[in-house]
Amino acid sequence: MNAVESKTKFVSTDRRVREDRRFVVGRGRYVADIDLPGMLHVALVAAQHPAARIVSIDASRALALPGVHKVLTGAELVEAVNPLMNGLETPQVRRFPLAVGQVRYAGEWVAAVVADTRALAEDAAERVKVEYEKLGFVIDAEEAYTPQSTPVHPEHGSNVLLDKTFVWGEVERHFAEADQQLSFRVVWGRNSTVPIETFGVVASWDPWQEVLDVWASIQMPKYSDQIARSLRLPGNSIRVHQDVDVGGSYGVKRGIKHSVLVGHLARALGRPVRLIEDRLENMRAGDAHGPERIFDVDVAFNADGIVRSMKMRALDNVGAYAGRAPFQLGKPIGAIVGPYKIESVQYQAISVTTNKTVQEAVRGFGQAPTNYAIETAIDRVAETLGLDRIEIRRRNFIRHDEFPYLIPSGSTYDSGDYHTVVDKVLAHAGYDDLVAERDRLRAEGMLAGIGIAACLEPSGGNSSFEPLLNDKNTTSTWMDSCRIMVDALGTVTATVHTTSSGQGHETLVATVVGEVLQIDPDLIRIVRPDTLSSLPSNSPVGSRMAIMLGGAAFKAAEKVKAKMVAIAAHAMGVPIETANYVDGTVRTADGREMAWEAIVNMAHRQFHALPEGMDPGLASDHIMQVPTGVQLPKDDKVQMYPCHSFEFHLILVAIDPLLGKPEIRRYVIGHDCGTVINPHIVRGMTLGGIAHGLGAALLEEFAYDAEGQLLTQSFMDYLLPSSHEVPDVEIVHHCTPSPLTVLGQKGSGESGYLGSPAAISGAINDAVRPLGIHFTRLPMRISAISDAIAEAGPTMTQEEI
Amino acid sequence: MSVELKVNGRAVTVDVEPRTTLLDCVRDELGLKGTHAGCEHGVCGACTVLLDGQPTRSCLMFAVQADGYEITTIEGVAPQAGELDVIQDAFCEAHGLQCGFCTSGMILAARSLLEREASPTVEDIREAISGNICRCTGYGQIIEAIQLAAERMRGQNAPASPSLSRTEAVR
Repeated sequence: MNAVESKTKFVSTDRRVREDRRFVVGRGRYVADIDLPGMLHVALVAAQHPAARIVSIDASRALALPGVHKVLTGAELVEAVNPLMNGLETPQVRRFPLAVGQVRYAGEWVAAVVADTRALAEDAAERVKVEYEKLGFVIDAEEAYTPQSTPVHPEHGSNVLLDKTFVWGEVERHFAEADQQLSFRVVWGRNSTVPIETFGVVASWDPWQEVLDVWASIQMPKYSDQIARSLRLPGNSIRVHQDVDVGGSYGVKRGIKHSVLVGHLARALGRPVRLIEDRLENMRAGDAHGPERIFDVDVAFNADGIVRSMKMRALDNVGAYAGRAPFQLGKPIGAIVGPYKIESVQYQAISVTTNKTVQEAVRGFGQAPTNYAIETAIDRVAETLGLDRIEIRRRNFIRHDEFPYLIPSGSTYDSGDYHTVVDKVLAHAGYDDLVAERDRLRAEGMLAGIGIAACLEPSGGNSSFEPLLNDKNTTSTWMDSCRIMVDALGTVTATVHTTSSGQGHETLVATVVGEVLQIDPDLIRIVRPDTLSSLPSNSPVGSRMAIMLGGAAFKAAEKVKAKMVAIAAHAMGVPIETANYVDGTVRTADGREMAWEAIVNMAHRQFHALPEGMDPGLASDHIMQVPTGVQLPKDDKVQMYPCHSFEFHLILVAIDPLLGKPEIRRYVIGHDCGTVINPHIVRGMTLGGIAHGLGAALLEEFAYDAEGQLLTQSFMDYLLPSSHEVPDVEIVHHCTPSPLTVLGQKGSGESGYLGSPAAISGAINDAVRPLGIHFTRLPMRISAISDAIAEAGPTMTQEEI
Repeated sequence: MSVELKVNGRAVTVDVEPRTTLLDCVRDELGLKGTHAGCEHGVCGACTVLLDGQPTRSCLMFAVQADGYEITTIEGVAPQAGELDVIQDAFCEAHGLQCGFCTSGMILAARSLLEREASPTVEDIREAISGNICRCTGYGQIIEAIQLAAERMRGQNAPASPSLSRTEAVR
């Protein structure tokens, strides 16, 4: 693990992103673009009730339509497949692709209709008659947490999937010693990343080879393993094609239920089968909602603003089935004190089932909601003490000279320079002028506020929350891999062993391999083998690919380089250590050299000339272990993620008190993710993350009515930020390299999103503070803001206009 | 029923059900997969095509209604195989995309804007793409790409030839 000392040739330079070229001409290859001969199409029959017993399903009228091949019910499917995987040990929370016996949320799939065309399948789905007997249901997380609530899974006995309290450090002593305490509740509403491409999957079964070919819009660790387990097939009977472009994911594209369903149908019918969600299926039953979380926080602090300790209770509503969602309460443990030197923490993580759509991983894996709670705490302490919100953060920040820094929950932060980033942001923004502008707006009768958020982006994830929350889980690696092949003509091909959804992994690998081999990255071909030809990957989750795929590519390229040096040194009769690799040529101390083509030729054709014991050819691979990912949890503590990027948001918001619509007048973010491999990509991640955060803070919510029906089922009522809502964002760059990675890089795939909801909330609360209002729930929709302002009082009434 | 369409300068006859949307027709009958289905209810703009130069949501009209219009899809934008047009090249230069799913619609919306307005303001650009949702970029680099394209088109600047050249030897 060595940081590169010399100046880089390609890393951190302003190079184009190679993937862009195929997308700008419409030549991406998305799952919906895959047309197989004889392919059949699926449409779903959806439940009308949040909880009901399925009394009967009559598919006769559907099957009577010419071109309809199958109506599959849960009762039939359950005989053929194993339940989908749960992260926690909750065996009685059984989940299948279709409802079995009972529906547990409105919209849940009750039957799958297979027909010659999607249109015909939809027609037929309307002819399937399902008779229900309504059951009791629960929507609210607090209610679900009570012992008397109706269990979503009666066999499980309650709605509680996880209820674990961690105590790291001397919480009670610090609370007793502290000068003051405060308590508050904030709520993170149910939203998601909702990619513009819905989830889709195509599967085709070859009974003679016993292979299921799968093409999917997927971003999921161990996807093919999970399909194999559920379909009761050997792992090497599942071939997932990873050269499918994914039209956005940001965590949620994990359609395992869709994939098992379609895989089963393809086998049963002997025809290729495809399921592409329509938008309603996607939003209502794609099982891709994000966290919905209630935080109750107590903070103990001194009169000088130093925060001593924190107690946080996080109650998360995962919806009707468990899946991997409860782990989203575990990942934030790796940065539970944010960038602050809080000495001790008590953390109660509660995960409950309700009769809502199933939760899936969302960008940040639970970290953005937690950051919103932590940053609200810091703002509240400042408000209580009458201290400046930036000054209080400075006082609590870990200092640059204190890294590596061990936090109470067991993670060591690798590096950072928070004070400098803040200084740079304030200088860039002209903080005094920003304050003056806020006050000028206020003087004009506007509500105006400044928002501040500082937070971390833990990156390079090794999934340590799994063993931390589940004693039976012994995961201590979350590897990724790269293979490099130099062909006999001397051109280089490298591999990516996962699908990508816009993160530019081909550019990442080409840049890093080009850097190590000192050849033009544009001349390197990048391919994506299918899973049967692949090395292990854990897919682009947890802001990990710059660290893990970049690291694997770097190490694999070093092996190629070392072999080339060894071949050339042997051929020229000099010790390896005196041979020097420069731009693909190996030079000796006395001025001789052997060129790339000659070395390659020797490796491929002249075994007699190779050093003794060396294998022929020129290829290498590297399976990379997560830096720091070694130990299992001990005493409820674990090293969660290896690297920790930092971001500091500073924004100005203005609200016309009559309209209640927040307008972001200025958005500045300081961002430090160590060495940036491609500046365009990192910038795009940050800007896009802020847009997501804006949606979560102001617009987006999967809202339910009291009857358990999802109200926001289309883009007419689930509002996405458009180019009118997302402001110009100014990024202030800083680089504190990680000592743990090959180039000093850290993750950036979740940047912006992790702090922007907190910053926007802080700004709006600053704006309405003069009215004595606190907004404690996201999203803060225009209607909520205008109602609260109107209720608060007499700034200006309708009659005065 | 049989419909005659003019797509990317080429006359084609397709046989579709009356209820077939222009989107499904373009993708499934004509095999032009660069036009994408996002929401299929007219909000996201991923299915944008140009009808006589006007950005139009192909999910909201039937193929039979497109009879008589000049239809341009993303496949009709590049001058020839392997060569990008100015707007496409500017999107690459500014990295005005990530996953690429909204990109076809964005580029067609930009093309329509730049055909009627050579020097658009940032507000003009925001308005022109406001019917096209992008979940990846937060729009910043898209706006920069369109500004860059406008600047180049004003200067009649041909884009620099792409740096990727496979005819060069590795060393």
